[in-house]
Amino acid sequence: MAEIERVGEVIEASTTDFVAQCYELYEIPPLGSLVKTRDSSVELYGIVYNATTTSLEPHRRPIARGKDETAEEEIYRSSPQLTKLLRSEFGALVVGHKKDNKLYHHLPPQPARIHSFVHLCSPQEVKEFGQSLDFLNILLNASLPVASEELVSASLRQMSQAHPDPRAFLVAAGKELAILLSGNLNQLKAILGRIKQ
Amino acid sequence: MSERLGIVVSGSLNKGVEVKLDSSASIEDMAVGRFVTIEGAKRRFFGMITDVSLGVTDQKLSLTPPDTTDPFIAEVLAGTSTFGTLHVSPTLVISGDATTMLEGPQPVKTVPSHFSVVKQATQQDVELVFGTEDEKRFFIGTPLDMETKVCLDLEELVKRSNGVFGKSGTGKTFLARLLLIGMLQKGAAVNLVFDMHSEYGWESRDERRRKVKALKQLFPSKVAVFTLDEEGSRRRKVSTDFVVRIGYDEIEPADIALLRQTLNLTELAVEAVYQLTRKFGRSWLEDTLGITSAEELPEDLNIHESTLQNLQRGLATLKRLPFLVASAPDNTVKRILEYLDAGTNVILEFGRYTDIAAYILVANLLTRRIHARYREATEKAMGEDAAPPRPLVITIEEAHRFLNPEVAGQTIFGTIAREMRKYNVTLLVIDQRPSGIDSEVMSQMGTKLTCLLDNERDVDGVLAGVINKNEFKSVLSKLESKQQALIFGHAVPMPVVVRTREYGSAESYKGFAPESQAEEDIEKLWE
Ligand SMILES: Nc1ncnc2c1ncn2[C@@H]1O[C@H](COP(=O)(O)OP(=O)(O)O)[C@@H](O)[C@H]1O
Ligand SMILES: [Mg+2]
Repeated sequence: MAEIERVGEVIEASTTDFVAQCYELYEIPPLGSLVKTRDSSVELYGIVYNATTTSLEPHRRPIARGKDETAEEEIYRSSPQLTKLLRSEFGALVVGHKKDNKLYHHLPPQPARIHSFVHLCSPQEVKEFGQSLDFLNILLNASLPVASEELVSASLRQMSQAHPDPRAFLVAAGKELAILLSGNLNQLKAILGRIKQ
Repeated sequence: MSERLGIVVSGSLNKGVEVKLDSSASIEDMAVGRFVTIEGAKRRFFGMITDVSLGVTDQKLSLTPPDTTDPFIAEVLAGTSTFGTLHVSPTLVISGDATTMLEGPQPVKTVPSHFSVVKQATQQDVELVFGTEDEKRFFIGTPLDMETKVCLDLEELVKRSNGVFGKSGTGKTFLARLLLIGMLQKGAAVNLVFDMHSEYGWESRDERRRKVKALKQLFPSKVAVFTLDEEGSRRRKVSTDFVVRIGYDEIEPADIALLRQTLNLTELAVEAVYQLTRKFGRSWLEDTLGITSAEELPEDLNIHESTLQNLQRGLATLKRLPFLVASAPDNTVKRILEYLDAGTNVILEFGRYTDIAAYILVANLLTRRIHARYREATEKAMGEDAAPPRPLVITIEEAHRFLNPEVAGQTIFGTIAREMRKYNVTLLVIDQRPSGIDSEVMSQMGTKLTCLLDNERDVDGVLAGVINKNEFKSVLSKLESKQQALIFGHAVPMPVVVRTREYGSAESYKGFAPESQAEEDIEKLWE
């Protein structure tokens, strides 16, 4: 199988989500993308819901440096240490797991382990995961810093790219949402507006 | 191929089931009257769509409709937030239990379980239910959007009186002609038709002025045409078998009673007729017309001057009918019976006498006597353990004139309709105003074939006594304005909407009567 892209390492974990630090500054998997991490027996799937880039040392905020530079790249070129002082992190909501080669669209028994590697899922895996739309319910019910319509629409747009017929996938997902959000027309409209093709 | 339409979501045996339409099935493709099958967990059900409706999960959707000009949003919402529902009446179980396996479709006694899949009925399903044409089944039409044949069980049909209804121009005459052909073809019964507009015996013209053949042309050896209007029939080149004349002396009080409204007679005038016949005997009509004032009446008659005048005016109207003569040269009833006994169907054309008074008088007068003879023959046959006379079906048009609540209790037609096949005589009534027919008579009818009716009271009248009446109301009022009919009753296993079998083309005639072929060839020689 093709080399799966390794994007980071878990630095914080709970039953419902985990936070990973990226190996390279700014090399953050896109909002809504499907990532996975594993311990000895279980593979955990997460959907990227948030990302931050901050100073490595919590008490030292970066300062503006570009007053005399003509382009942003110049700043990094003239202060190469910067990439070592900053770090990018992302949070992923746990949406399922795989055990003994079987995919479950619900939470695993154990949270992710610190320092476990985080990979971006291949299109094949994304497609396989998207066979069931149960994860939408998890996304809609989580309390997150981003609005759930943003997250849901981002993940569906991402996932649709792995499908041979992205529109058909989005219609099916839209129908699932119409059922889940039958009492919340405004939210439904907001999501559909963001995924319509 | 059977297409999935949706799933059962609720319902009851009495009211039918609600089916949520799949989003892949377009509500606009659904039509009431169409057949579906329901794949229950253990049994397969067969039923008809009786209503189609729209639903939304969130009422807000109806208030602030989403942007459905966007095809994506429209597609997502179809079948989820907005959905179609079908109302289906399951009426038969077509497979899944022992009885249906052995005896064919059975009436339903339960409903399919939740979420059973509903599919469009296939040709095979429909054939299984409505049978194929055979010695006793007659192909009457095709279900909506299908090529399958719906067949009537004619043996069942002639066991009771039946009705053909529909407003004017919807196809009653065409349908009745088909029924007559069926009975003739399958030999289920012998017919006597009181043909008010001369459409059943010999060719007439349809609405588009095309010539349409009738029974004598298709079955020359099985049909005799009697006429009241010899001249008219001759002009139309009808080959008639007998010219009907009726003697004044044949008219009885009961005939006058039935004509009370038509002739504008008072109750007293009708009462007077009974007195007059008692006094004068068979010559009462002429004797009554000969009297110039009430003073000339025999003393023991209690008839006032005004009553006498009222009666005389009415009788004079009758007397002007040219087919009425002082005394008839031949006995029409006897002739009709001779033909019927020989298995020949008799069609009595009224020609130019389309006046309702003439029709009521003649139909009533002849039927009364023929029924009496059938009654004698049946009773005799029972006593001697011999074969009863051939089943007779009498066709009358404008049936509400004979069977309205006011007269149905007294007339021969009311009697025949109520007694079922006791004396082997039943009626085929044709009417455009079924609400005018006595409800008891309506409820005795075995099979009803009804074309479009748009008057609420007529719809109610036809459907009186039907289970799930309201569902069929919507089916009935949505029929097309021509050549479509709802059929229900004993001759079909379940109610069915058909497009009536084509009648009038050369092709159609061939399907009815191979013997008409020879005749057609002869006609060609003359062209
Ligand atoms: N089975 C049929 N085949 C062909 N044409 C039909 C059929 N039924 C009805 N029609 C058409 O509809 C018209 C009206 O039918 P008709 O039987 O005369 O109506 P009604 O007796 O109800 O007034 C006919 O002239 C004919 O053109
Ligand atoms: Mg007619």
